[in-house]
Amino acid sequence: MDQQTLLDEVVGSEYKYGFTSDIEQELLPKGLSEDVVRFISARKNEPEWMLEWRLKAYQQWKTMKEPTWPNVDYPPVDFQDIIYWAAPKKKPELSSIDEVDPELLATFEKLGIPLEEQKVLAGVAVDVVFDSVSVKTTFQDKLAELGIIFCPISEALESHPELVRQYIGSVVPPNDNFYAALNSAVFSDGSFVYIPKGVRCPIELSTYFRINARNSGQFERTLIIADEGSYVSYLEGCTAPQRDENQLHAAVVELVAHDRAEIKYSTVQNWFPGDKDGKGGIYNFVTKRGICAGVDSKISWTQVETGSAITWKYPSVILKGDNSIGEFYSVAVTNNKQQADTGTKMIHIGRNTRSRIVSKGISAGVSQNSYRGLVKVLPVAQGARNFSQCDSLLIGDACGAHTFPYLEVANSTATVEHEATTSKIGEDMLFYCNQRGIDTEAAVALIVNGYAREVLNQLPMEFAVEAQKLLAISLEGSVG
Amino acid sequence: MTPLLQITNLHASIEDREILKGIDLTVNAGEVHAIMGPNGSGKSTLASVLAGREDYSVTEGSVLFNGKELMELSPEERSREGLFLAFQYPVEIPGVSTANFVKTAVNESRKHRGQEPLEPAAFLALMRERMALVEMDPSFLQRSLNEGFSGGEKKRNEIFQMAMLDPVLAVLDETDSGLDIDALRIVASGVNALRRADNATIVITHYQRLLDHIVPDYVHVLWNGRIVKSGDKSLALELEQRGYDWLKQEAAVEA
Repeated sequence: MDQQTLLDEVVGSEYKYGFTSDIEQELLPKGLSEDVVRFISARKNEPEWMLEWRLKAYQQWKTMKEPTWPNVDYPPVDFQDIIYWAAPKKKPELSSIDEVDPELLATFEKLGIPLEEQKVLAGVAVDVVFDSVSVKTTFQDKLAELGIIFCPISEALESHPELVRQYIGSVVPPNDNFYAALNSAVFSDGSFVYIPKGVRCPIELSTYFRINARNSGQFERTLIIADEGSYVSYLEGCTAPQRDENQLHAAVVELVAHDRAEIKYSTVQNWFPGDKDGKGGIYNFVTKRGICAGVDSKISWTQVETGSAITWKYPSVILKGDNSIGEFYSVAVTNNKQQADTGTKMIHIGRNTRSRIVSKGISAGVSQNSYRGLVKVLPVAQGARNFSQCDSLLIGDACGAHTFPYLEVANSTATVEHEATTSKIGEDMLFYCNQRGIDTEAAVALIVNGYAREVLNQLPMEFAVEAQKLLAISLEGSVG
Repeated sequence: MTPLLQITNLHASIEDREILKGIDLTVNAGEVHAIMGPNGSGKSTLASVLAGREDYSVTEGSVLFNGKELMELSPEERSREGLFLAFQYPVEIPGVSTANFVKTAVNESRKHRGQEPLEPAAFLALMRERMALVEMDPSFLQRSLNEGFSGGEKKRNEIFQMAMLDPVLAVLDETDSGLDIDALRIVASGVNALRRADNATIVITHYQRLLDHIVPDYVHVLWNGRIVKSGDKSLALELEQRGYDWLKQEAAVEA
C-alpha cells in the first residue's frame, strides 16, 4: 500500500470515532471581532491586563496584511470563516484495543509506539497505571519538589500571573507578524514552563503528558522560561498521524534563557498533509523564537517536519547574552503536493556569540521545499561566529528544492560560513541497494536516515527512533 | 547435476537497440568463468541483465539460476537468492555507514532464508574477519559507504560485501579496472579465498592480467552480443598476444 492510501485510511478512519454530537459543545459563531476576543478571555477567567493585551493585538492584527513572501501557494484564507472558540471536545473512548481500526494500529506498529501509548492515541480507555491523570500527578509532584512549573498557560495565568505577564510577548511581540498578532488575540491554550535558578529538569517535558495537549486547538501559545543556570529539554508533537478539523494553525512559541541556562526544544510534526491532490491538509503558520537573554546561555531548536500541507516556520534565536549559543537542526520532508518554507533566524547581538544551522530538506512527489534563513550580526557583536549547512535531497524529477540564505553582517570580526549541497536519490543508488538485497522502500529509508542523521542525533533517543521510522513512512511510495 | 546458471539464447536490448544477441552459457558449481571481449561487446550489459537492471529489456531466451527463472525475480530477490554483482562503478551513499549498509544487506538475506538477524557483537566480529580478507582497515566501517574512498578502496569494499553476503554466484564486472598491481593482488586473493566447490564466479574483464591472479576454468570471448569463442585459460593468453581482431574476422566469416 502506498503512503498516501495508508495515511488516508488512517486519518480517514478517525472519522469513525470522530467528534460525536451527543457531547455538549459550546461554539461561537464563525468570525473574529472584538466581542469574540472578549468572550474568549472571559470564558477563561483571565485577568484584565490579559484581555487588554489581547484586544491591543487584535487592533494591530486588523491593520496588518497576510504575508505573501513565503515560497508557498495556497488559496486565500477567509478569517471570518473560522470558529475562534469551541469548548473542549472529547473523543469517545473505545473499551479495548481490539476495537481500533487495524490500519491505524499497523501505522502505530510501524512507528514502534508502545502499546499503552497506542491506546491513548487511538482513544482507548487506558488502565489505572497509565491513566494520564495519574501520570500527570506523578510528574507534577516530582517537578513541584524542584520548583518547576509545567502547566497549561491558562492555568499559569491563574497560579502565576506575574510570571506570565512579565514574559508573554517579550520574545514575539503581538505585532511581530500577521499570524503572531492573530495568535495573541485569540490564543486558545498551550504550555507554560518555568525552571527555577540552578535547576536541571530531570525529565524531558513533553506535551504528551500534559492533559489538555490534544485539545489546545489551533492557536497554541507556549512560553518557556529557564532561569539562571537551569536546563530543560522540551518535546513537542507526536509521530503518530494527527488530523485536526482546524485547517489553519498559527502557534506562537517563546523561549527565554537567562544566564548560563539552556533550553533544548524538539519538535516532531506529523499533521495531516492533505490527500494526493493536497486537499484538506493543515496550514501550519508558526512563529517560534527564543532569546538567549543571559551570558553563556544556549537555545537549541531541533525539528522533524513531515506533515502539514503548508509549513511556514522559522524557529529563531536572538543571541543577546555574551558567549551565548543558538542552534537550529531541521529535517523537513515534503511529498506529494506539500509545500514547506522553513528555516531560521540567528540574530547576533552579544559578544562572541555562536550559532549553528543544519538544515536538511527532503523533497519528493511534486512538492516544494524551501530553506529560508537569516544570519544577522549587529555592529556590537564582536567575534560572532556562524556556521550554516543547508542540504537538499531530491527524490524523483517533479519536486523542487530552494535555498534562500540571507546574510547581514555589520561587524568585521564576525566569521560566517555557509555550505550547501543538493543531491538526488538516483536509479543508480537504488539499484545498488537492490542488488545487495535491500528493496526500494528500505533503501529510501536507509538513504534518507543517513542523510538526516546529523539532525536525528540531536533528538532524545526514543523520539529519534520514532522520527527515523516516521521519515521512512512519510516517503513510502515516493519511488518506483 | 543441475548447472548453477544456465543462460539460453539470451537477447536483451536498451531503448530498442539490441545489445545481447543470443548468449548461451552454462556455469556449474565450483567453476570460474572469465568473459572477455572488446569495448562495447556487451560484457557489462550481460552483468546488468543478470542482476536485473531495469534499463534493459530481455526480449528472448531464459536464465535459470539454481533451477529458478532469474528474469522473473526482482533485483533484490536475485540478491537474496545468492547472486552478487561487484559493480564496475560502486555508488557512494552519504551518511550511511559501511557497517550499517552491510548489516542491512546481510539481514535482508538472512530474513529471506528464515534466519534471525545476527547479534551485533557476532556481526562486528564477522565484519572484521571478512575485511581482513581484502586488507581493509576496520575504520572504514564507520565511514559513509564509498564516500571519499579511492578507486581501489571501493573495489575492495565490493569484495568485502561479497564476502559478507557469501553468494552462490558472484559476477565481477571489470573489478580490475582502475586498480594498481597491489590492489589487484589484494582483490584477487580475496576472491580466491571465497572460492568453494558449491559456488561459482564469473569474471568480466578486459585484460588478461586479472586472470593471472584469479585463474579461470573457462574463458569466453564476447563480441557483438554473442559468445564467439570459448576455451580454457590459454585462450586469455592468446588474446593477450593477438588482440581481438582475428576473432572478429573469424566470427564474421561464420556469420
